[in-house]
Amino acid sequence: MSKKTFTVTADTGIHARPATLLVQTASKYSSDINLEFNGKTVNLKSIMGVMSLGIGKGAEITISAEGSDEEAALQAIETLLQNEGLAN
Amino acid sequence: MAAILKGIGASDGISFAKAYRLMEPDLTVEKKDVADAAAEAERFRAALKKSEAELEVIKEKARKDLGDDKAAIFEAHLLVLNDPELTGPIEDKIKSESVNAEYALQETANMFIGMFEAMDNEYMKERAADIKDVTKRVLAALLGVDLPAPALIAEEVVVVAEDLTPSMTAQLNREFVKGFTTDIGGRTSHSAIMARSLEIPAVVGTKNATTDIQNGDMIIIDGLQGEVHINPTEEVAAEYKKRAEAYAQQKAEWAKLVNEQTVTADGRHVELAANIGTPADLEGVKANGGEGVGLYRTEFLYMGRDNLPTEEEQFESYKAVLEGMEGKPVVVRTLDIGGDKELPYLNLPHEMNPFLGFRAIRLCLEEQDIFRTQLRALLRASIYGNLKIMFPMIATVNEFRQAKAVLLEERAKLEAEGVSVAEHIELGIMVEIPSTAVIADLFAKEVDFFSIGTNDLIQYTMAADRMNERVSYLYQPYNPSILRLVKMVIEAAHKEGKWAGMCGEMAGDETAIPLLLGLGLDEFSMSATSILKARAQMKHLSKADMEELAAKAIEMSTAEEVVELVQSIKKNS
Repeated sequence: MSKKTFTVTADTGIHARPATLLVQTASKYSSDINLEFNGKTVNLKSIMGVMSLGIGKGAEITISAEGSDEEAALQAIETLLQNEGLAN
Repeated sequence: MAAILKGIGASDGISFAKAYRLMEPDLTVEKKDVADAAAEAERFRAALKKSEAELEVIKEKARKDLGDDKAAIFEAHLLVLNDPELTGPIEDKIKSESVNAEYALQETANMFIGMFEAMDNEYMKERAADIKDVTKRVLAALLGVDLPAPALIAEEVVVVAEDLTPSMTAQLNREFVKGFTTDIGGRTSHSAIMARSLEIPAVVGTKNATTDIQNGDMIIIDGLQGEVHINPTEEVAAEYKKRAEAYAQQKAEWAKLVNEQTVTADGRHVELAANIGTPADLEGVKANGGEGVGLYRTEFLYMGRDNLPTEEEQFESYKAVLEGMEGKPVVVRTLDIGGDKELPYLNLPHEMNPFLGFRAIRLCLEEQDIFRTQLRALLRASIYGNLKIMFPMIATVNEFRQAKAVLLEERAKLEAEGVSVAEHIELGIMVEIPSTAVIADLFAKEVDFFSIGTNDLIQYTMAADRMNERVSYLYQPYNPSILRLVKMVIEAAHKEGKWAGMCGEMAGDETAIPLLLGLGLDEFSMSATSILKARAQMKHLSKADMEELAAKAIEMSTAEEVVELVQSIKKNS
């Protein structure tokens, strides 16, 4: 399993557009991908799951991937978070 | 038979066309046992595929007609449709309970809708509507019924519906859909916002549109007055034809003024500026020819979050606005929080009389860390445009002096750190407390400008809470007492060579504009969409004549007499 922790830097947190981008990216990979925040874990391919967490600025989030393309998936998500200025 | 429905004008304009009832098909679901659960799950997946194909078509259409912003809604719908947390449990339910797909879908979706609706965050609540929209589409596919397809309308119509969902609105073909009316909704409901961006006249919240209007009825939508005429008489129709033409001409005239300065009939220039809340509002300011920003409400930076915005975040926003306005004046109001505008993370005690309480500059002078961070961000941003700083809720000269002293300290610190700050930044105050208006002559010696905040000035002068409907009759912008206070403030400013503006609702009000012009107001700041109309109005007003009008108005005894006076001038001109 690959996993990595990020700190959310976007002012609006992970809402609307950022959530859409995250789910779209995760959905491209076959690995199981989860997002953990505040003791809760949701499927990162689930828009409702991600939005239900209400992740705000400054939140610590951990993303884990497990499967044949787990490293590529995690790399793609990290790139997205950084390019969009969402987290680091 | 001719009839009239009253509703809320959600999108300006007048249109005529035949009624087209856009009604939802019956999507009632019954629980049924199925023998072959695997085949039922397969049927569910096929319905998802069909819905996905439909949504892709709608999304593309929305992108073409409405832009990427609006198409994003359908992007979100597609994600909901394919959400494993939604589809997984539905398939599980079909298999484990051997129930029909419709029932499994509805039960599961309702659970999620309930969950989102229960959240105490407005944004999350709205997401429940997305899930409902998607559920409807899949249900229709499963039941083998067609959802209404407004995209296929091929003659001019007025759409009549209980409410318009985002996907219905996006399918409306602008070529043929000339207006719409709904039973429910208000000015800020989704359908209303969409109507304005499509520039289709709309009247929402009529309660009875779908019961009173039949397919093929002749309909007039009057988005200006919020009226719907059903099968109007020839006289009414003829009258509306005239009004529609007049409105179209008027709009075309207003649009020509985008790049013009605001000049009165006798050649006097006044500044028409816009009130904004975020850098994103600049688009509207430019589209409507704003000559500056007269009020940048910075509290939006602090709201809808769990902690204070950092100096860096604030700097970025201020810089974006200053750069975006390309050297035109930008009046930034420092944090005006407290009273009715709460910041939960500041943990301020509840007050009996919040409008008279610990708010705005009172809070900033006490909680100086918050204030200093904002001032530093503003000072750093000052080199990117024409910044003016304004303090809200100033009641005494001492408050202004204290606020100014804090600002000067932060300026000195920044300069010592080698940070560049604009050499001259005008410093002004909001005039919204009567004590300040009364000694405006003394303030004028120390400030660079005044901006009159009429919403609060009226409630404090009349001692009438503007949130309390039972005393709303006392909210009287045209009361001679208010006009006299405004006059005092403007005259005090001019005597010291300073300028006076106004950033309350009153500045964009058609009846108030002649009076304010006559009283000598230099800057009018209003919502961006009011600017062109105000500019057009001022072109036809002579400042000299308005001075006479204002002189008469302040001698009137009541607000009603003032309104009559202004209207008599209008009729004579």
